[in-house]
This record gives sequence, structure tokens and C-alpha cells, in this order.
Amino acid sequence: MAKIAILDYDAGNLTSVERAVRHLGGDGRVTRNSSEIRDASKLIVPGVGAAGSCMESLENLGIAAEIQEAMKKGKPILGICVGCQIIFAESQEDGGTRCLNLLPGNVVRFRFPENVSRKIPHMGWNRVEFTQNGSRHPAFAGLESNSEFYFVHSYHPVPESSNDVQATAIYGEVKFTAAVARDNLVAVQFHAEKSGPHGLQILQNFLDWNPS
Amino acid sequence: MLSKRLIICLDVRDRKTTKGVKFKGNVDLGDPVEMAQQYYEDGVDELVFYDITASAEGRPIDIEMVREVAERIFIPFSVGGGIRNLGDMREVLLAGAEKVSVNSLAVRNPEIIAEGARAFGNQCVVLGMDALRVEKSSQIPSGYEVVVKGGRERTGIDAMEWAQRAEELGAGEICLNSIDADGTRDGYELNITSRMSQAVGIPVIASGGAGTSEHIYEVLTTGHADAALIASMVHFGTHTIAGIKEYVTGKGVRMRMSW
Repeated sequence: MAKIAILDYDAGNLTSVERAVRHLGGDGRVTRNSSEIRDASKLIVPGVGAAGSCMESLENLGIAAEIQEAMKKGKPILGICVGCQIIFAESQEDGGTRCLNLLPGNVVRFRFPENVSRKIPHMGWNRVEFTQNGSRHPAFAGLESNSEFYFVHSYHPVPESSNDVQATAIYGEVKFTAAVARDNLVAVQFHAEKSGPHGLQILQNFLDWNPS
Repeated sequence: MLSKRLIICLDVRDRKTTKGVKFKGNVDLGDPVEMAQQYYEDGVDELVFYDITASAEGRPIDIEMVREVAERIFIPFSVGGGIRNLGDMREVLLAGAEKVSVNSLAVRNPEIIAEGARAFGNQCVVLGMDALRVEKSSQIPSGYEVVVKGGRERTGIDAMEWAQRAEELGAGEICLNSIDADGTRDGYELNITSRMSQAVGIPVIASGGAGTSEHIYEVLTTGHADAALIASMVHFGTHTIAGIKEYVTGKGVRMRMSW
């Protein structure tokens, strides 16, 4: 069976992703071992925490290089939450953090219009609208727009190219990118592993997905 | 826009869900893991597990139960009761809980909130608080006092001040339980819930007093709560999750309706 490496970079809460993958019958394992990561046919980059400390751990553990390598080889990669942010060029978090630059764009803090006040982090269930045109990525197959997913975050990605955007959501009148995809890379800002059956559907789609 | 959350609380004792009933003491309702799975399938947005005797018995929380829950339900859940230190918090989170709830521990040692937030992130730390309506005084200007041990022990701490302090320390959320309303089924304590929710920048979960779907609608609107916690309404089968959500959304409050 295809091995799924769930990257362990001290980001916490990795076990939830592993449990969800195993629940779906996937051979997921949390690892930071380079040869295990290279052996795996797919990678999941989970994440809870701040972009700065995440990038620091990824670099120090040599995992950043493994992700770059997997990207070049065309291995399917799924980023979740902070894992959906560090794939961009730069994040505003922690006074500016250089990220993996797998997708053009950056990550910014929620800024609401002057007359709008909302609690940060954006935490809870929110509706997600998936792209309706023919460009929907297989990871998001079968999902209806306005399905709800569980979010916990204070920053959100701003992709340079609208072609990379797979889904959006709205918080405090700010419409932000909730999912992206390009080639072998897909990423979601929400916690697919904690979003009930809809979230599991995305993980299942990712497990089933075999790009040629 | 965020949906308002409906949260079900399971009080657990000796690996059984239990619920206090007037004049009858505690009634066992079933296996918490199986009940959790059923509520998950029925569309609850989040679950809370309280180990109600761990604290009094000075023993750690039932971590095996937490693991089993995490293997079967894929929505956020928090665990409280019997958390003694940072090590206990870590163990509960590694077992698969999304959040840890601290109540009397935080009253004794407020720094645990800051330590937990630094170690695991603010979103992982929930401050549980039992508030009792009292005479306003210079010590308790809001007229609501924090109590512990199920309301048997007063702390001399003002509930509103405690909420703001907890936010400063790094709590990600407050679960506010009204001792006056708890168990009455007459509705939530709207006054303190509304004031607290507007005074802090973190979500407030209202707890205690729910008896009808209208009570839930009230606390999510007039009470400004971000989430409503219920227990007996669904444990005793008088209401269903879908029924409550249909009622509340029918009156214009957004909730998660498909799963």
C-alpha cells in the first residue's frame, strides 16, 4: 500500500492527522526520518503553531529540503493549516518569515474593514465555496459548495495567481483563500482532519489520487 | 461568517457518562465513546468530556478513553477535570483532544494558562469557569463570583475580571457555566454571558440552564455567546441535534447544517 509520510516537525497535533488517515485505511505514519520521507509515495504537511517556529524546525530537521525534493519529483503533497501557509514565498507572521516558496504568493494577518470587528483567531466552522469551473482538483471532488469546515488561524494565504485558488471563505467581510492546488501540491487552510465527514472526504480523495 | 456552535458535554465517571438528576443523584447514561460517536454522526459541532471524579480522587484523567474517542470522531473535542499540570495537558492533547479545559487548577495557579498557551497554542487552552450571582461589592463589582468545587467553595474573584485576566494570560476560549442556572432547564444566564462575551476578544461558550431550543437561540443572540453547551436535553432524548439546529437556524442564526 502507498505510504503516506506525515511530517513531524514539532508542530503538535500530528496524531490527529495520522488517526484520520488510518481511519480511512491509509498507511500514514508520523515521521521526521529523511529516508522514510523519501520512501513515502505521498506527503502530508500538517501544522499547528506559528509560521516562524514551523519554518525553523523544518529547516533544522532537514525536512524543508525533503519537501522541495518531493515537489520536484511530482509526489502528491497535502498541506494543512500552517502547512497551507509555509508553501508560499513569505508569511507576515513572526515579523516576517521566509517560507518554502512552492507557490507564488504570501501569507497575511486578517485585516477587517474599519467598521467590522471580529475575534481573532478565526476559530470554528465556516462555509467554504469551491471553484465551480472545470478546474477543480481531484482532492476536492464531490464536495458541495457551502460545506462547512473547521478553522483555527489568524493568518491566511494570498496566492499571486487566481488559477491556484480552489476554494474561498468569508470572515469579517474578508474573502480569503481556503484551499489551493497546483500540479502535485494541494493545501487547505482548515483542519480537514477535524472537519467531520466533509474533511475526511478530502483526505480520502488525497489518498485515492494518483496523478500520472 | 462563522457558524454558531452547538456543543454537547459528557460528564464521565468510571468510564460511564453520568448526569446529576434532582433528588436522584447521578444516573448512568451509557458508554461515553459510543455516545460521542452517535452525537458525531448526528451532527454535533464539538464535544466536551469532563472527568468529574478525577480531581476529587486526585488521579489522572482516563487517557485511554480520550484515545478511543479520537479514533472514532473527527471533530474538535476538549477534555477537562483532573488536569493537574502541563504534563497532563500534553498527554490529553497527544491522545487526540483538540483542547484542554482548566478550571480550579487555573484559579489556584493562573500561570498554567500562560504556560499551556505557550507550549501548545492559545487555541488549545479553554478556561472553564463556574460563576455565582452575588451581591455587588468592591471585591465583586460585576455581581458574579467565581466558585469552585461545583459551587461549594467561593473564591472571592470577580467573574468578569477573571475572564479578562484569562484572556491576557492566553486562554483561547472561555466556557462560562452559571451555577444559578445549571440544572434548572429554565434557560441560560443571559446577563453575565452577554457581558462577558462582549468584554473579551475570545469566544465564550455558554453553559448551564438549557432546556429548550428557544433557550439556545436566546443565548446565541441576546446572550452574544459564540457557542451553546448542552447535556441533558440530548442525553435524555427529549431533543435531537438536528431538531435544535433547525429551530435555531429557522430563526436566522447560522449553524452547520450539513455533514
